[in-house]
Amino acid sequence: MSEERTPLWEVFIRARQGLAHRHVGSVHAADATLALQAARDVYTRRGEGLSIWVVPSAAITASDPADRDELFEPTASKIYRHPTFYDIPDDVGHM
Amino acid sequence: MSATIPVAETPLVRFLLGRADDALILGHRLSEWTGHAPILEEELALANIGLDLIGQARALYAFAAEAEGAGHDEDDYAYLRDEGQFRNLLIAERPRGDFADTMVRQALYAIYAEMFWQAASQSTQRELAGFAAKAAKEMAYHVRHAGTWVVRLGDGTAESHARAQAALDRIAPYLDEMFDAEDPSLAGIVPDVPALRPGWDGAVRALLEEAKLSLPDVPFPQRGGRAGRHGETLGHLLATFQHLHRSHPGATW
Repeated sequence: MSEERTPLWEVFIRARQGLAHRHVGSVHAADATLALQAARDVYTRRGEGLSIWVVPSAAITASDPADRDELFEPTASKIYRHPTFYDIPDDVGHM
Repeated sequence: MSATIPVAETPLVRFLLGRADDALILGHRLSEWTGHAPILEEELALANIGLDLIGQARALYAFAAEAEGAGHDEDDYAYLRDEGQFRNLLIAERPRGDFADTMVRQALYAIYAEMFWQAASQSTQRELAGFAAKAAKEMAYHVRHAGTWVVRLGDGTAESHARAQAALDRIAPYLDEMFDAEDPSLAGIVPDVPALRPGWDGAVRALLEEAKLSLPDVPFPQRGGRAGRHGETLGHLLATFQHLHRSHPGATW
């Protein structure tokens, strides 16, 4: 089947204990209903999830790898953004 | 060669073998798509559905073994009975055909099987009731998946509509047999099968209406599967299915 008839969908699954849906892969399907079923059949065979989202891959706007330097490189030198300098009182426990 | 086993068929054993054989034979038909499905996603879906059915068959063969009490196990029933000893509905053994044949048959059978197992979950036999409740959930997904496809094929392109309608015409003679009554001595253990018909008719009518397909008139419905009178395709299926086990008894891998 052609890409045009069965476009790509990105699949997100929320695991049993998980709080958020995580990207797990993609499926080809003719429409949203079939994409959801395909995602169920391909990605939840071993009880991986309790909820599925499918999103048309075409609906995702992605950053250009060529822009990587200007988008991400500058943060490398801004160590003050990492909150590693604070002393956390023991009473707070795990954060 | 491993010899064919005789089975002491009480009405209960016969009922259990019939339902197990439905699931095993149809599950095998679905497994025939492995490596041939139109897209990978559908291949996995068909294999999943086939495995659900083969899993149901295993549980039902185990019940049959207990009811028969002759020391047989699920492999004996699956691999060491001859064609005439198989009790499956004819609809289950029809060839997989094209994708429309497979999906139309699957939807019509699954709607029936979901209703049957739903009703059987009220069985006075506790183990059977427990199994039936689980099987009904599996069938509900088969209904959803096959039904989704039937609508898309029937109400799709001119080509897909023509093929879906042709598939429906081919399978129509094998529908009535699903509603034949079980042995009256099993009342309470086994649901009243003919009583499932109106609900099935309604659900199928709604599905076919949405799919823009029409059920043809069938002047001569086919039956006989439960009595071991099968079409020629079952023998071919069993030859493929049983050959290894019969040639190499107890083979493992």
